[in-house]
Amino acid sequence: MDLAPPPAPPAPAAWMRLANPAVFNALADRLLLPLAVLTLAAFAFGLHGAFFASPADYQQGETVRIMYIHVPAAWLAMFAYAGMAVSALGTLVFRHPLADVAQKAAAPLGAGFTLICLLTGAIWGRPMWGTWWEWDARLTSVLILFLVYLGIMALWRAIDEPGRAARAVAILTLVGAANLPIIKFSVDWWYTLHQPAAVFRIDGPTIHPSMLVPLLVMGLAFLLLHLVLMLLRMKTELALRRIERLQIVAAERGGAG
Amino acid sequence: MTTLRAIMIRELRLARRIGAGAGLGLVFFLILIALVPFAVGPDQKLIGRIAPAILWIAALLATLLGLDRLLQADEDEGVTDQLLLAGTPLPLILLVKALAHWLATGLPLAIAAPMLGLMLAIEPAAMLPLTLSLLVGTPTLTLIGLIGAALTVSLRRGGLLLAILVLPLTIPTLIFGVTIVREAAAGRAVATPLMLLGGVTLLMVVIGPVAAAAALRLARN
Repeated sequence: MDLAPPPAPPAPAAWMRLANPAVFNALADRLLLPLAVLTLAAFAFGLHGAFFASPADYQQGETVRIMYIHVPAAWLAMFAYAGMAVSALGTLVFRHPLADVAQKAAAPLGAGFTLICLLTGAIWGRPMWGTWWEWDARLTSVLILFLVYLGIMALWRAIDEPGRAARAVAILTLVGAANLPIIKFSVDWWYTLHQPAAVFRIDGPTIHPSMLVPLLVMGLAFLLLHLVLMLLRMKTELALRRIERLQIVAAERGGAG
Repeated sequence: MTTLRAIMIRELRLARRIGAGAGLGLVFFLILIALVPFAVGPDQKLIGRIAPAILWIAALLATLLGLDRLLQADEDEGVTDQLLLAGTPLPLILLVKALAHWLATGLPLAIAAPMLGLMLAIEPAAMLPLTLSLLVGTPTLTLIGLIGAALTVSLRRGGLLLAILVLPLTIPTLIFGVTIVREAAAGRAVATPLMLLGGVTLLMVVIGPVAAAAALRLARN
């Protein structure tokens, strides 16, 4: 009787092949230029729409144009965190090396978008509400999100060894992901309890398509920018790790020789 | 079960001998409360209004103080490795350690709260809800802190980082806890915030030990 030949080992899935830095770098290099061009195009189109083509608000006048920066930044602040949480799963469950790098790359970007959201919100709040800062539920939630980002970045810096830092941050990110909805809910609840006398309405009744289209385009532009910066930061991080490894090898050789 | 009981007894003994026991914790609360009139002036009405906030922030501070040594001492002395080998699930062990920590920080505050509340001019009707809110809510502070302690266990000076990681996550507990006292003082029902507070605590009983155990394990790999 003849034996069936042993089955060939299954080819690694595409996302597993990406664990090889060379494969990822090649892919990133191929993607970067088209994505960058798309980003520029989206920004050109979106900014034109936001600052020239769209009408001023009948209540808020020209200041409404801050919305086209502020709102996409808020979207991306949350999107970056969601991306980090997915990467954290990749780190803990699949031990995917690229997930570590993606987590690390996303944290400062998310913090940056959150900061943009907070700053533009303050600038917008000054003419509209007459104050730079209001302990409004949404402002407070975003501020807390910012603090969580800063905590994550601090933890990255505190642990030297990249693998261990990635796993610690992954746990923190997931705990944060479980908690952020609760925090958001509790802050909303707290705010309705302390409802101030005058109720602010940020947006008018509903948003008109002439404003919605530029807003969505700006959202797309921010998303593309995020992706481009992610790819760049991931490439940089991989290069840094390679340099470190090479330095260690060189030091060992030097010590032996 | 015997392992867990042994760990519990060990923790409580350590807490008493190191001087982080219940008595010293109470002195700490008393000092914090004595500082308040100096900070805001001897205005009974104002102090009464901010009293729930003061007590809850005192609870946060007291929880934070012991946290950075909660797991680190064991880590330094090799106890953690023994615990990992013990065969008892690590999350359960950590839950017991958290319970011991709470017995030395949260529970004394909850018991002493009516007396401290008198000094801070809290409405008499709010005393019982105040005690209840601290009883239900302070375990969450310890359990969230447990995660932070596990994440920073290998760091020499992790205390500040620990506070930065932990404090944002305690916001829901703070909100619901303070609301209970405020609503009770105003003569309104407190069932909703109390249940929400309890819900957060129950969630943390699950997440806290599991996440902390994962952090401890992954740190040594």
